[in-house]
Amino acid sequence: MKRVYPAEEFCVACRLCEVYCATEHSQSRDVIRAFKEEQPPPTKRIFLQQEGAASLAINCRHCDEPRCVWACVAGALTKDPVTGVVNYQPEKCIGCWTCLVACPYGVIVRDPNRPKIAKCDLCPGRDVPVCVAVCPNRALVLS
Amino acid sequence: MPKYLIVGNSAGGIAAVEAIRQVDPKGSIAIVSDEPYPAYSRPAIAEFLMGERPFDERMLFRDADFYSRNRVETHLGVKVLRLDVGGRKAVLDNGEALPWERLLLATGGTPIMPPMQGLALEGVHTFVTLDDARRLRQALLNGAKRVVVVGGGLIGCSLTHSLLQYGGVQVTLVELRERILTTMMDTPTSQRVEARLRKLGVQLLTGRSVVRVLPDAPGARVGGVLLDNGEELPCDLVGMAVGVRPRTELAHGTPVRVQRGFLVDRHMETSAPGVYACGDAAESHDFIYGASRVVAIWPNAYIGGRIAGFNMAGDAAQYDGCTAMNAFSYFDLALASGGMFDPEAQEECTTLSKESGEVYRKVVLKHNRLVGFVLLGDIEQSGVLYRLMQEQVDVSQFQEHLVADNFGLVKLPRPLRQAWIREDGRVPQKATAPAGRAHKAVE
Repeated sequence: MKRVYPAEEFCVACRLCEVYCATEHSQSRDVIRAFKEEQPPPTKRIFLQQEGAASLAINCRHCDEPRCVWACVAGALTKDPVTGVVNYQPEKCIGCWTCLVACPYGVIVRDPNRPKIAKCDLCPGRDVPVCVAVCPNRALVLS
Repeated sequence: MPKYLIVGNSAGGIAAVEAIRQVDPKGSIAIVSDEPYPAYSRPAIAEFLMGERPFDERMLFRDADFYSRNRVETHLGVKVLRLDVGGRKAVLDNGEALPWERLLLATGGTPIMPPMQGLALEGVHTFVTLDDARRLRQALLNGAKRVVVVGGGLIGCSLTHSLLQYGGVQVTLVELRERILTTMMDTPTSQRVEARLRKLGVQLLTGRSVVRVLPDAPGARVGGVLLDNGEELPCDLVGMAVGVRPRTELAHGTPVRVQRGFLVDRHMETSAPGVYACGDAAESHDFIYGASRVVAIWPNAYIGGRIAGFNMAGDAAQYDGCTAMNAFSYFDLALASGGMFDPEAQEECTTLSKESGEVYRKVVLKHNRLVGFVLLGDIEQSGVLYRLMQEQVDVSQFQEHLVADNFGLVKLPRPLRQAWIREDGRVPQKATAPAGRAHKAVE
C-alpha cells in the first residue's frame, strides 16, 4: 500500500501540512473559516517535530502489523484487508488511550474536542492526501 | 467436528479466529463462552453503566457478521464443565461434548472475592461483565445512593467514574494499600488521582479494608460494610473490585500445567500438546522483569491469542513476551505507563523525572536501557517510549530527551528514526507474524 513518508532533508518546518490536514478534517474545509471561526477548532492528524535544524512531519504509518489495532479494546481500529488502511470508527472509541501506548510512532492523539482519539485517515476521497499535495518542498512523499 | 475449539469469546479468542483464518480459510472453528453475547468491549461496560451507550453494535468488539463471515460455530451462554485432554473433547453443561484437534483456553480472569460474610446479599456486585453493569444500572435507577467500592485499581476507578455520573450518588472507595492504582502508577501519579477523587467528592479510604458486608434491617439486602478498624459505613450497594485471578479451573485433572496462570511456551502452547492458552488466564514472559507473569491487559490477550492462532493453524509464530502497558482515562486525567515504572530499590535503576503544571514525566533506566515510564497529562509519545523499552535500545546518548516536553521520533538518533519509519510497521520483533503473514495490502 502507499504511505506518506517524511523526507526530512527537505522539510523546513513550515507546518503547511498541519494547517491543511486540520482544514481537511474541519466542518467547512475552508482554511480561513476553519481556523478563524469554527468551534470546536479543527484537529490535525500529522505532527511536525523539530530538533535543531532537523524536522519532520509524521502521521499514521498504517502499519502492516498494526499494534494499535491489536491493542484497541473497543474494536474501533481495524485494518482494511484490501486497502491496508488502518480505519478508525469514532462511534466505537471509548477514549481509553491504550492505542497511544501501543503506537510505536506517537501518531495517535487525544482529540482535544472530545474524549476520543484522532488519527490520519489518508484523506478518503482524495487521490493524494492533502499533506502531500500542499507540501511546497516535496518533504512528504506518497509511495 | 471442529478442528479448532476456542474457549472464551473476548480479546484472545477473537484474535485467534482472525489469525487462524489468515492461515487456514477452511478448518472448522467453534467458540464456547458462558456469556450469551457476541464479543463486546469489556471496558465499554463503564459507558453502558453511565447510560451513554446502549448494548448495540457500537459496543461490539467486531461487526455483527464476524462469526458468519469467519465461519465460526458459536456456543454462547454455554459453559465448559471439563476437558478430556486425552480424548480431545470438551464436555459442556448442556450435555454436548465438542471434540477438537487444537484447543485454545482463552478463559480470562474471574473477580477475586476475599472471604467475608455478606457477599451473597442483594446489592453486592462485581464490575467485569455486561451483566454486572446491567445489574448495577438497575440498582442505581431504583434509587441506590450510597455506594462502597472495594478496591482502588483500574476497575474500581472505572466503576467510581461511572457512578459519579449519576446525580446524588455518594461513593466511598476503600483501598487496602496505602495508595490507589499501584499496578499502573507510581506514588506521585497515584496522589494526583487521589486528590482529584477527593475534589470530586469521593470519600477515599486508603490503608483500609472491608471485612464484612452488613445486611439491612429486613436482612436480605446490603445495609452497610464493616471496616477493619471497626467502623461501619451504611450503604445501598457494594462494588467488589479487588482484582481478578486467572480462570484456570479447566486444567484440574488434566496435564495442562498451571502456576498462577496457564503455563505456555513461546508458541502459546501449554504442557499438553495441541492445547494453547493466552490472555488473562495465562502467564507470559515479561521481558523487563525477565520472569513469567500474568500480564492481564487487553493488548497482551489479543497478541497472545493471535500467536496461538497462527500456531494452531500450523504456522510457527513466536511470542517474544510483553510487559505492562497501561492507559488511564478517568476523572479527566490521562496517564500512560509501562514496564518497571516504580522499581524496587534493589533493582538499581536510575530515574529521570520532570514535572510542570499538570504534566509529569518519568523514565526508569537500567544499564543504559529504558525499563519503565510514567506519563501524566501529555501521553501522546508513550508508544515511542514503549518501543524503545521493547527493543532495549541503548538510550544513553539521548536519555535527557526522554522526559523533554517535545519528545518524539525526531529526538531519536537519525538512523534509528529513519529505520523505524522505513519498515512500514513491521516492527522487527515481539509478536510479529510468521514470515509472509504480515498484512500486505493490494497495491
